[in-house]
Amino acid sequence: MHQVKELPGGSTQLFVGLHLIHEVTSPQAFSALSEKNLGVKFPNLTVATVDHIVPTSNQQRPFSDPLAEEMLTTLEKNCQSHGIKFHGIGSNSQGIVHVIAPELGLTQPGMTVACGDSHTSTHGAFGAIAFGIGTSQVRDVLASQSLAMKKLKVRRIWVDGSLSKGVYAKDLILHIIRLLGVKGGVGFAYEFAGPAIEKLSMEGRMTICNMAIEGGARCGYINPDKTTFEYLKGREYSPKGQEWDNAINWWKSLVSDSEAKYDDEIQLDGSSIEPTVTWGITPGQGISIKEKIPNPEMLPENEQQIAKDACKYMNLEPDQPIEGTLIDVCFIGSCTNGRLSDLQEASDIVKGHRVATGIRAFVVPGSQKVAKEAKNKGIDKIFLKAGFEWREPGCSMCLAMNPDKLEGRQISASSSNRNFKGRQGSANGRTLLMSPAMVAAAAINGKVTDVRKFLKE
Amino acid sequence: MKQDDFPQGSITVIKGRSIVIKGDDIDTDRIIPARFLKCVSFSALGEQVFADDRKELKGSHPFDLDQNKGANILVVNDNFGCGSSREHAPQALMRWGIRLIVGESFAEIFFGNCLSLGIPCITTSKQEITKFQNLVNKNPNQIWDFNLKELSISNQKESFIVKLDEGAYKMLYSGKWDATSQLLDEEETIKNTVNKLPYLNHFNKQI
Ligand code: SF4
Repeated sequence: MHQVKELPGGSTQLFVGLHLIHEVTSPQAFSALSEKNLGVKFPNLTVATVDHIVPTSNQQRPFSDPLAEEMLTTLEKNCQSHGIKFHGIGSNSQGIVHVIAPELGLTQPGMTVACGDSHTSTHGAFGAIAFGIGTSQVRDVLASQSLAMKKLKVRRIWVDGSLSKGVYAKDLILHIIRLLGVKGGVGFAYEFAGPAIEKLSMEGRMTICNMAIEGGARCGYINPDKTTFEYLKGREYSPKGQEWDNAINWWKSLVSDSEAKYDDEIQLDGSSIEPTVTWGITPGQGISIKEKIPNPEMLPENEQQIAKDACKYMNLEPDQPIEGTLIDVCFIGSCTNGRLSDLQEASDIVKGHRVATGIRAFVVPGSQKVAKEAKNKGIDKIFLKAGFEWREPGCSMCLAMNPDKLEGRQISASSSNRNFKGRQGSANGRTLLMSPAMVAAAAINGKVTDVRKFLKE
Repeated sequence: MKQDDFPQGSITVIKGRSIVIKGDDIDTDRIIPARFLKCVSFSALGEQVFADDRKELKGSHPFDLDQNKGANILVVNDNFGCGSSREHAPQALMRWGIRLIVGESFAEIFFGNCLSLGIPCITTSKQEITKFQNLVNKNPNQIWDFNLKELSISNQKESFIVKLDEGAYKMLYSGKWDATSQLLDEEETIKNTVNKLPYLNHFNKQI
C-alpha cells in the first residue's frame, strides 16, 4: 500500500505518511536540499518540534547556550521557509517528538512514520510502521516523501498472563531485551502480542515499542484495538464524525489475523516477570531486583568481555545484589517514560515520602501537554513536596544535550532508555535503567529498591 | 579534508591502511558523544570522533596513534554502531578519513547511514576478523585492497572473503547509493500513492 516501487537489490521505495523532525538531525538535511536546489515535496506531511537541546529550567529566549539557540533558530527558519508546522517553545504542544505525535493524534494505525531518531519505533504501538532514519534519509523524505527501505522479517513476541503489581511495561521490555540480546532484533520488526500486551494502556505499549530498537529491532508493532481507538478519539488530529467511523473500519481491517505466518515466534509469561534494573553499559544487561550482578566468568563466552567492561566501568562487584546499590541522581522523564501515566505511577510511590538526603531528583515531563495534565492532577505538587525538582519538557538527561547532566562518576537511577558509557552527559557517569516507579523508590531510599515494598503499605 | 575527497560515484575498489577498534556493541554515543551533536553542519565532526574514549586513553587510542594517521579502513567487531540513529557517527568517521568498515556485524540504521555516504560496511566471521585485526596491529603499514566485485580484502600475502548485502552491493557498484535522485524519478507514482491512501483522503477510500 505504501510501496512506490521495487528498487534494484531487494529494497523498496516506501512512501512516508508522517514525517517527524527535530532540531538535531534535520539542519544538515535542509542544507543538503538547498545545495541540490530541491524543495520540500509535501510540507503538510512533515511535523516539527524541538526537544533534545531545550533547557528544562528556563526556557526564555534566547537560550543561554548559544549553540542550542542556533539549532532552534535554524529549525524555525527551515520550517518557516518550507511551510512546515512547528510545535515550538511556547506553543503549548511542544515536547519530545515521540510524545507529542501520539498525543496530538498525528500517529495513527496503518501509517508509515519516519523520523531522524531511532526511537521512532515508539509509534508502532498504534499499529503503524514506524522507524528511525539517518539525516540523508531525512533529506530524501523531505525531497520525495519516500525512502529506500529493506524489507524486515517479523518476530512475534507473545506475552501470556498479566504483569504483577509493581511490574510495568518498562520491566517487561527490559526483560525481553535481556532475553533476546541487544542485537537479537537486527533485521527484524518486533510485533508484541498476547494477553499481557492487550491489557497494557497505550502509554505502556509505547514504552514497549520505544525500546524495540534497544533490542536491535528497527520497528516495534502492536495490533490496533479498542484501547488504541479510545486513546485516539477526540485528539486534535484524529479523524472526526463520519471520517472517524470510516477510519475505525479501515483500522480494524489492518489487524494481522491469527493465521499470520511469522519469521520467528517466541512466547513468554508476563506474570513471572519482576521489577528489572540494568547494571551494565548496554540495555541488555538487566537483571531482576532480586538477582545478583552476574559474574562475567559464569556468562556465555560471547557476553563475558562486555560484562567485564561493564563491571569495571560501573564499579559494581560481581555476585553482589543489585538491590541496595547507592545512587546519586534520579531522573524521571524521556520518550520511554515521560508520559502522564509514568508520572502518575511514580508520584503514587512518592506521595507522603521525602527524597533521601544528598540525592538530586528531578522530573521532566515529556511534553507541555503532559506537564499541564500533571499539574491539573496535582502531580507536580506531590513531587515538589517530596523534594523533587519539577522541570519544563524536553529530552533532558536522557542524552544530556542540554544543561542537565551527570557529573563525574555520579550514578543515576533513570527512567530513560540507554545506559551507554557517557550517555547522561559525564564521560564516566553511570546509569541504571528502570521503571519510573522504581526510580521514585530509589529516590526515597537513596539506593536501588524493590518498588513493591512501597506498594504493600 | 576537502569535500571532493569524500566518496563519489561507483565504489568498487578501496585501498589503504587499516585501523582497529576492538569491542562488541560499540554504540554511536561512543563514536560521537551527544554534546558534539550541537551543530548545524557536520564539518567539525572529524576531530571529535571517539572523543570520550580518546580522552580517557590520553593519546593511546587507535585514532590518536601516529602509525594510524591516514588509515582509511576501519576493522571492528560485533554489532558496531548500535544505538542512536545519528548520522553524525558515520559522518565523523568519514571526516576523520574512514572509507570502508570491516566487522563481524553492524547495527541496521548505522549500516544504512554509511551506505548513504558511500561507505561500505562489509562483514566476515569472528575468527577472520580476529585474524585480520591481529595482522593489522602487527604491521599497521600494510596496504589493503578491497575489491567489491570479488568481495575480498587482501594484501600481498593474505586475502579475506567478505560479505555484503546484495542491495548495498548494487547501489555501490552502480554509484547510485545516494538515493535522492532515484526516489524523485518516481514522482507520478508517489502522487498516485498519496491519492489512494485512506488516511490522506478523509478515509473515504478503502484498500
Ligand atoms: S528522550 Fe532520549 S531517546 Fe527519546 S528522543 Fe529524546 S534523546 Fe532520544
